[in-house]
Amino acid sequence: MSKSKYDRQLRIWGEVGQGALEEASICLLNCGPTGSEALKNLVLGGVGSITIVDGSKVQLGDLGNNFMVDERSVGQSKAKSTCAFLQELNDSVKAKFIEESPDTLIVTNPSFFSQFTLVIATQLVEDSMVKLDRICREADVKVVFVRSYGLTALVRVSIKEHTIIDSKPDHFLDDLRLNNPWPELNSFVETIDLNVSDHVAHKHIPYVVILVKMADEWTKSHSGNLPSTREEKKEFKDFVKSKMISMDEDNYKEAIEAAFKVFAPRGISSEIQQICNDSCAEPSSNSSDFWVMVAALKEFVSNEGDGEAPLEGSIPDMTSSTEHYINLQKIYLAKAEADFLVMEKRVKNILKKIGRDPSSISKPTIKSFCKNARKLKVCRYRRVEDEFSNPSVTEIQKCLADEDYSGAMGFYVLLRSVDRFTANYNKFPGQFDGGMDEDISRLKTTALSLLADLGCNGSVLPDDLINEMCRFGASELHVVTAFVGGIASQEVIKLVTKQFVPMLGTYIFNGIDHKSQLLTL
Amino acid sequence: MADLEAPQSKTRDLDKLLLRAGNLVGPDFYPGAELRDDIRDYVRILVVGAGGLGCELLKDLALSGFRNLDVIDMDRIEVTNLNRQFLFRQILLLEDVGKPKAEVAAKRVMERVSGVEIVPHFSRIEDKELDFYNDFNIIALGLDSIEARRYINGVACGFLVEYDEDDTPRRETIKPMVDGGTEGFKGHARVIVPGVTPCFECTIWLFPPQVKFPLCTLAETPRNAAHCIEYAHLIKWHEVHGGKSFDPDEPEHMKWVYDEAIKRAELFGIPGVTYSLTQGVVKNIIPAIASTNAIISAACALETLKIVSGCSKTLANYLTYNGGEGLHTKVTEFVRDQDCLVCGPGILIELDTSITLQKFIDMLEEHPKLLLSKASVKHGKDSLYMQAPPVLEEMHRPNLSKPLYDLMGRVQKDTVHVFGTGLKNEEKHSSLTKLRVVFKGADGVTDMDTAIGA
Repeated sequence: MSKSKYDRQLRIWGEVGQGALEEASICLLNCGPTGSEALKNLVLGGVGSITIVDGSKVQLGDLGNNFMVDERSVGQSKAKSTCAFLQELNDSVKAKFIEESPDTLIVTNPSFFSQFTLVIATQLVEDSMVKLDRICREADVKVVFVRSYGLTALVRVSIKEHTIIDSKPDHFLDDLRLNNPWPELNSFVETIDLNVSDHVAHKHIPYVVILVKMADEWTKSHSGNLPSTREEKKEFKDFVKSKMISMDEDNYKEAIEAAFKVFAPRGISSEIQQICNDSCAEPSSNSSDFWVMVAALKEFVSNEGDGEAPLEGSIPDMTSSTEHYINLQKIYLAKAEADFLVMEKRVKNILKKIGRDPSSISKPTIKSFCKNARKLKVCRYRRVEDEFSNPSVTEIQKCLADEDYSGAMGFYVLLRSVDRFTANYNKFPGQFDGGMDEDISRLKTTALSLLADLGCNGSVLPDDLINEMCRFGASELHVVTAFVGGIASQEVIKLVTKQFVPMLGTYIFNGIDHKSQLLTL
Repeated sequence: MADLEAPQSKTRDLDKLLLRAGNLVGPDFYPGAELRDDIRDYVRILVVGAGGLGCELLKDLALSGFRNLDVIDMDRIEVTNLNRQFLFRQILLLEDVGKPKAEVAAKRVMERVSGVEIVPHFSRIEDKELDFYNDFNIIALGLDSIEARRYINGVACGFLVEYDEDDTPRRETIKPMVDGGTEGFKGHARVIVPGVTPCFECTIWLFPPQVKFPLCTLAETPRNAAHCIEYAHLIKWHEVHGGKSFDPDEPEHMKWVYDEAIKRAELFGIPGVTYSLTQGVVKNIIPAIASTNAIISAACALETLKIVSGCSKTLANYLTYNGGEGLHTKVTEFVRDQDCLVCGPGILIELDTSITLQKFIDMLEEHPKLLLSKASVKHGKDSLYMQAPPVLEEMHRPNLSKPLYDLMGRVQKDTVHVFGTGLKNEEKHSSLTKLRVVFKGADGVTDMDTAIGA
């Protein structure tokens, strides 16, 4: 029963998600605490394989911040030590290490990275980040960058495009179509008499039935329109209330609370519309399965869907007799199934048209797509070099001037500045104990010149932040690495399982006041 | 980038934060080797819980310069812990399942980080003397229940903190806590400085009440699998098993509930009852992963370091985290509830000097803000009356007929702590409450020599 070890996480991403994790091969660059902590969480979760690349030896100072080394590893390969200790956490994971400097590997053997699902690149300087990003984009390998520096850190996902069917949003409106009932739902609703004399039966009519009936009555007396103005909406709710025969009728209370579902606009959301209008929705022979299905969705919405996406099919719990509820469930499931069959046909036709095997996209995949059609997400990430050479100037200026964002944006600029500093002075500012004042003033100059180069003239960085950055002296503090290692591992899980939504933007951790922010650059 | 510093120190990275002056630091920050060494040698941290958060906390604190840690946890290791409670093993010859969490966790961290001393306590938090909690500088919570948090909150904020004449907390009695909680991709980390920031009780409204299905739904109109399961668990079990209490950790009990749930589901034509769902509903299983626990614990450990050393500003005071839809972190500064029953100076109760302890205890039940039944009463270090265990109850019973004024040493006013079953928002819970007792008719002079026996 080794599967039960994963029980608590299977309840989040299911067997399908777990399967994707177990197929994934992850490469870690640099196994100081930043990398080790990120990888630890993935090993515990049962990732398929890990390959650690690090050419350094364990130093005494590493014993103070890295849990994956111990006294006996001092002087030995850090990659070897962390690999062994990580392996201990889960023997189902295939773990290996390569004693090599990642910076060197990036230059001498770029094709090395093509074998991996994803690379976690930690503690790389800007130059290596840019190079690795190019290599992985080319090879279609996902990358998560992490850089930890004193009380600040950066996390950045980089992939050309990440499409999500099973986005699992926290809160999402159910698909009851109270504002747009279909014939079978109407027929079912007609078989139930709201004015039934038996009190028990009266209060066990599900609110879906109540609202469909009331909405129908309303539209008949309002030239075919649903309530739209504030007064009309209030009137409609009062109309529903007037059907209550006693105060303890929970089904009517639920109907009043759910009345807003009647007023909601019909059809697909603007976000889904945008996805349908995306240039990738024009199917071609190298379209991914996702885009083929989007093309089918587009056709469905314009034809059989009459403006709506395929019905999701499930209904929330509501006060009702068991019989009514079960029957209602069947009606919704039947329509969802019918919509699915139409979508399946369309998907097969499109596949044929673009020269692919019509059964190459499986039934379960199409079913999942239909169920999640209103919740699809497309994430696209700028190349790291584009962000670095041409970030959004308005975003930088706006954030530096905002009380809640200035810390994070300040640290972002400083993280980039310390790499420039190193290029000039061959050390990080404050890395050694002497010459602090000089380093502070040099870092300030470097930061201001970076800002000027990016086109942010006139922007100021708080002096306190510059001082702090020098104080940090390129240290890797365990608690900070544990925090961002956790964040990075979570992004990896979302990217590999293709469930939930990965972060969109560059995350800057601010360990001083915890006003960490996601910057859109 | 080779580090050219002469002799390398184990605390190479931490030194940068503790030995160097800074601008964005706490009000009492004295950087230097002495600070670092004092933290290592004298500061004691208690980690409550050795589970998903606890394991991470122990590692984080051990690698943040702390050397004297205690960890308390009453549970034993289970297989389902292994996806995140990384100090526990089930490989080769190492079989930790079944062993006490606190003991194994302490051992593993001590093996890995040389120099750290971790004292494990395999016990319930309620079984420790209240003074036990006084020995620590900071209490770090890695708990998974509201009840447990309430208890520790009561101890730190209610019992340990003392107030002076003008209702300000006395600094040396303030015991800060850091508290973390996680669920799936969500979590929170908060700093509680008793008497200064809101305590757990002040912000109890942050925790939504548990979902309970209406009894009539379970009994008459079930609609989904969870209804069928809870019917079997809450209704049918008692019908068939009478007084025997249901034990969710007993596989036979769980199987029985599952079988009954299936029967009921079949009867009503409801799909979806599985063994996994049955366990989830009955045990109220919260999905959990390593990453969220790592994030929240790290935030808590970072705050612990900052509070103790002053090396940076502290979180003010509540951090929420959600990593499911993108990435969202937010800091909220909540304020204390001035009328908080737990972390305030205490509800004022005016009494006549003739009131007996028994009458006092009866009054607590009637008091509109307390509604405290079966109260035990403590005055400073003295227990005046204890409801349990029987041996101590008998010992203190004679006090019930004595005037409270006499039992409290005939002082005009003082603080007492009462512990019993309280009623708040129609929910019963154990509560440790502080009261300020003032005696009417007593002259403000306390003179034990001239006190006349009642």
